[in-house]
Amino acid sequence: MAPGPLFHKMQSQRSKTGILLERAIELLIRLCGISAILFVFGIFFFVFREGAPFLSKLNFAEFFGSINWIPDSQTRPQYGVLALIVGTFSVTGLAMLIAVPFGIGAAVFVSEFCTGRAKEILKVTIELLAAIPSVVWGFIGIGVLAPMMIKTFHANSGVSLLNGAILLALMSVPIMVSIGEDALKAVPDSFREAAIALGATRWQMVWRVLVPAAKNGLLAAVLLGVGRAVGETMAVLMATGQSIRIPHAFTDPVATLTATIAAELGESNRGGDHYQVLFLIGILLFTITFIVNLAADLIVKGVRRK
Amino acid sequence: MNTPAEINSAPNFGETQFTRKKRTQETVAKCFFGGMAALMVIPLILIVGYVVVQGWHSLSWDFLTTNPTHGGSKGGIWSVIVGTLYIVTFSLCISAPIGVLAAVYLNEYAKDNWFNRVVNLAVVNLAGVPSIVHGLFGLGAFVYAAGMGKSILSASLTLAIMTLPVIIASTKEALAAVPRQFREACWNVGATRWQTIRRIVLPNSISGILTGVILQVSRAAGETAPVMITGVAIFKGMESTGLFLYDPFHEQCMALSMHLYFIATQASNTAPSLPFAIATVMIALVLVVNTAAITFRSWLRSRKKW
Repeated sequence: MAPGPLFHKMQSQRSKTGILLERAIELLIRLCGISAILFVFGIFFFVFREGAPFLSKLNFAEFFGSINWIPDSQTRPQYGVLALIVGTFSVTGLAMLIAVPFGIGAAVFVSEFCTGRAKEILKVTIELLAAIPSVVWGFIGIGVLAPMMIKTFHANSGVSLLNGAILLALMSVPIMVSIGEDALKAVPDSFREAAIALGATRWQMVWRVLVPAAKNGLLAAVLLGVGRAVGETMAVLMATGQSIRIPHAFTDPVATLTATIAAELGESNRGGDHYQVLFLIGILLFTITFIVNLAADLIVKGVRRK
Repeated sequence: MNTPAEINSAPNFGETQFTRKKRTQETVAKCFFGGMAALMVIPLILIVGYVVVQGWHSLSWDFLTTNPTHGGSKGGIWSVIVGTLYIVTFSLCISAPIGVLAAVYLNEYAKDNWFNRVVNLAVVNLAGVPSIVHGLFGLGAFVYAAGMGKSILSASLTLAIMTLPVIIASTKEALAAVPRQFREACWNVGATRWQTIRRIVLPNSISGILTGVILQVSRAAGETAPVMITGVAIFKGMESTGLFLYDPFHEQCMALSMHLYFIATQASNTAPSLPFAIATVMIALVLVVNTAAITFRSWLRSRKKW
């Protein structure tokens, strides 16, 4: 319908400046709206820009295939990140082995077995635990877990792969519980009622009905936990011992991609090879977490559409 | 005589082996999942409690209000707290308006097309970028490319971009909770889109928006990796104990997170209880800020009119 005369009359009652101001505000809102895209590209661009000059000198086979990370050698510095990648994935993998059963189990408990007050208290506690800063976790690794490790395993140093993995597991459980609980909540109640009506116990209902129905959401919860664990910096820097080699036992110290950037950036000179390689590792990390988060997001979207 | 309770209770058909088995299974299931949740939550609380108990006795008014001396190993933490205050305030002053406007765009203006799906994807991925990569970005973009040098401003801008996606997500949730009828009623009396947002949507969601922003205070205060390479100093000798200690545009500051990292890993000749005391301060900060936000949120929920 075309606007009638009344509409034009109302339009003319508003002052010119009022209309202009509104246009300006809407433009600002649109600008802020697309800022997230600008920042994601900005992060890639500026990190890449600092690291790019080294690309021409980079030997890809050595970068990904060698475990020799000797950046401060006078004669022939070597930049092989294989040990760092192995370190990152061994810490993350071990952390997930601990965190996934407990995280999903806790999510099932909160969503299916808890009611009323107990549920509220548990959720608030988990939310508070999620807010404890990673540097505090790192300190807990040094100050609390490490002495316990030395006593239990008679190791000479308490900072190790296992120490970092336990911390990462504790840190990623809260996010798994909250996302996993959302996924279980999204399963329609008619599924539960049908299972109970058929005489299933709650145990059977959880394993045979809820977990299969919510498996995509639970997978997304695990992936977000993985993303968090791969990107975590301070806790692993402090608790894993920062020793660049392939670990052979749980009590061996390791070094991860994130922690190596944090530990060595301060001692590298801007524009030097070492500095540029650290930025390239940043790009590698950016890519890994981008893929993990993208996968989690697509899975969650798939769940919603259903 | 039948009491009402007897009438309402289910008829008792006598226990069969099957119902007994079923009831045992119910209990086993509940204990199993409850145990999963307890095994994650109880150690967390014990560990955090242990840190607080260890740190508690070295906390005093003097410790909080005097400046650190001897490279941080002696004295209090006043200038450290002030530095954290500076960084948190500046970063939230930058990220809160941008984040809220971006959420307004995504929730009120954006149509469901490919472009806006990309924007949403960018927000999700921005949230997943590892903190150290944010730090590398801040170093490349603000410290070097924009020529701000290592300063409070660079660190705050870096943190602002880090907290932005979480503020966007929480604000979007708050805006989506305002019923659509409110907007439609407003449009029907002739208000424009922006007038509706300004007079109806924002006033009705401001509480949810504020809760989301408050929760970011503890996150911004706890981040270490991004600020340690963009503007936080390990130690700065200070005489004054006022509130305006630093020049935010040209100076670096100290921060609680970095101070804890430094004291726990690199400083020598420190009292063993000193890192516990700093960790206690950080945990207390998180608890106070988050409890305030959670209480605020549940109070608002209880008095919601729709």
